[in-house]
Amino acid sequence: MQKLLSKATFVRRTLTQQNRLFSTSKDFYYQLLRLDEVREGLRQTVEKFSIDEIAPVASEMDKTDVFPQHLWRKMGDLGLLGITVEEEFGGAGLGYYEQSLITEEISKFSGSVGLSYLAHSNLCVNQIRLNGSDEQKKKYLPKLISGEHVGALAMSEPNSGSDVTSMQLKAVKKGDRYILNGNKMWITNGPCADTLVVYAKTEPDLGHKGITTFIIEKGFKGFSVAQKLDKFGMRGSETGELVFEDCEVPAENVMGKLNNGVYVLMKGLDYERLILSAGPVGLMQRALDLSTAYVNERKQFGKKIGDFQIIQAKLADMYSKLQASRAYLYQSATMFDSGVKSNLDSAAVFLHNSRCGVEVTLDCMQLHGGNGYINEYECGRLVRDAKLYDIGGGTTEIRQWLIGRELMKNQN
Amino acid sequence: MKALVGVKRVLDYAIKVRVNPQKTGVDLQGLKMSMNPFDEIAIEEAIKMREAGVIQQVVALSIGDKNAAETIRQALALGADSGIHVQTDLRIDQDLQPLAVAKVFAKMIKEKQFDLCVLGKQSIDDDFNQTGQILGSILGIPSATFSSKIEIDVANKKATVTREVDFGLQKIEVQLPAVFTCDLRLNTPRFANVQSIIKAKKKPIEVFNLADLGIDFAPRLKVEKVEMPQERQGGVIVGSVDELISKLKNEAKVI
Repeated sequence: MQKLLSKATFVRRTLTQQNRLFSTSKDFYYQLLRLDEVREGLRQTVEKFSIDEIAPVASEMDKTDVFPQHLWRKMGDLGLLGITVEEEFGGAGLGYYEQSLITEEISKFSGSVGLSYLAHSNLCVNQIRLNGSDEQKKKYLPKLISGEHVGALAMSEPNSGSDVTSMQLKAVKKGDRYILNGNKMWITNGPCADTLVVYAKTEPDLGHKGITTFIIEKGFKGFSVAQKLDKFGMRGSETGELVFEDCEVPAENVMGKLNNGVYVLMKGLDYERLILSAGPVGLMQRALDLSTAYVNERKQFGKKIGDFQIIQAKLADMYSKLQASRAYLYQSATMFDSGVKSNLDSAAVFLHNSRCGVEVTLDCMQLHGGNGYINEYECGRLVRDAKLYDIGGGTTEIRQWLIGRELMKNQN
Repeated sequence: MKALVGVKRVLDYAIKVRVNPQKTGVDLQGLKMSMNPFDEIAIEEAIKMREAGVIQQVVALSIGDKNAAETIRQALALGADSGIHVQTDLRIDQDLQPLAVAKVFAKMIKEKQFDLCVLGKQSIDDDFNQTGQILGSILGIPSATFSSKIEIDVANKKATVTREVDFGLQKIEVQLPAVFTCDLRLNTPRFANVQSIIKAKKKPIEVFNLADLGIDFAPRLKVEKVEMPQERQGGVIVGSVDELISKLKNEAKVI
């Protein structure tokens, strides 16, 4: 083991250099996308922000599983949190393409911050923007967009994961309010959220047609966080179990139509899966950047290992998976931004990208050899973060089921 | 009052520098380029002055090929009001030299009547640290270099500048118009936020050709050869003072 612990053969990189590795130092990845001025400006500012503000706290966050709360305000100041919200409600008035760019650039330096960012800005903020009344938007969006408040979304329960519409959180109308009883599980940002979009059964007998969407405030009587879940990866992106014990929610906090929640949920999932697909792209980019730098320095058998064909073959596979994922993501985002929605493609791009993410980050670890297995190197964290995307937002199996069903629907 | 700020497109500061195969210059082919870090500080200072109401307009100027426009766009996204792009295909990291650059700025300042010019103290590619000084001299105005603090007195048209010098901090007073060159500790550049990135799209950039400005911009220094610095040799432990002297005399040839 002595050999593994010795870094004598390596060029010690400063944190600055480590964070500014660019695979071949070329921006040609983005030439694939032909970004216009606004998108390129946005990408650059988020990249800079991620290097200067997120990268320094990424490793600590992974160890302690505590989110660096000061980042919310900073992201708010940059205008990132309300990226899809219309200007009249204080947002940037941009689209899913830009939201994907932001998620990708943040994920490069911290998968956890990327995940928390998208849970806040897409799962919560974007859902309120799409489905909330003007009063609800004016009440809740300003602080969510400034970063003063943190947002989350809760649909899954301990016994309702893939089978989400079997959820059992009950909401009973009593006078001018609803009383909620039950729990939610695996809720990103749950432990620190101020505003939550929550799905509950107002008519359990109607099955999936009895779900209603509510906006919950952390301070509502009867709402609490049971536990922060100790996760394998995405550590620092706090995930929690929520408990509703006779939780009182004012009737005006029903979002959208009563018993119409399943459509809000399912439509939301299409957008959610699209943005989730951006996380793996950021992780893969980082994996490739780290790998090319490493194999260019590591010498064995008198040569840089980057000169060996087997190593180059791995890099080639990593690159093509990254670029294919990137192209599918941004083309789908363009489609969504133009008003065409495809649940088929949002599931497929997510299915494709999450799998590639796991493969590419594992390859990164492999290319780093023994060093990749040591926690001082980023490889392990990249793998652990990448795996989440195979599970959250609808497992790969659910995505396959959806795609298969949709394809057969077209046959009949 | 209005300020002219120089922004230069340089190789990103963290990229490992390589020499091109012909040994005629640094290899820039396809590498990541960024705004010169001292120029980011210059833009930030000018924008802060505008936000404080001290000046009313910030114009960013860059000299270079079509890619220089990207650097100007970055300055606009940070908050500059408009841009000036002086087109040239000369290598701006070695063939376009401080004297020529200063002449371009001097012409713009005279014709468009800027009250201040804010520049980075030097660019990280050629590290000349001359443009600001030469510019002040050409125009016959003060140049306050290595500024770590700038306070403008609008009413009396002067500025108090704290400069970082070898023996500490020096405070000077200059009459406006003046040239300021910025040092590292002057400020912390902001991140461009989404709103200002969107607004930047509509801001105008005036384009000129270097050749049309009636300036003699020919390089005064000719780059003969560019080489990587010698690789560091390992150290040797000597056995005695005599051996040390012998090595210094016969091998290193320094005594």
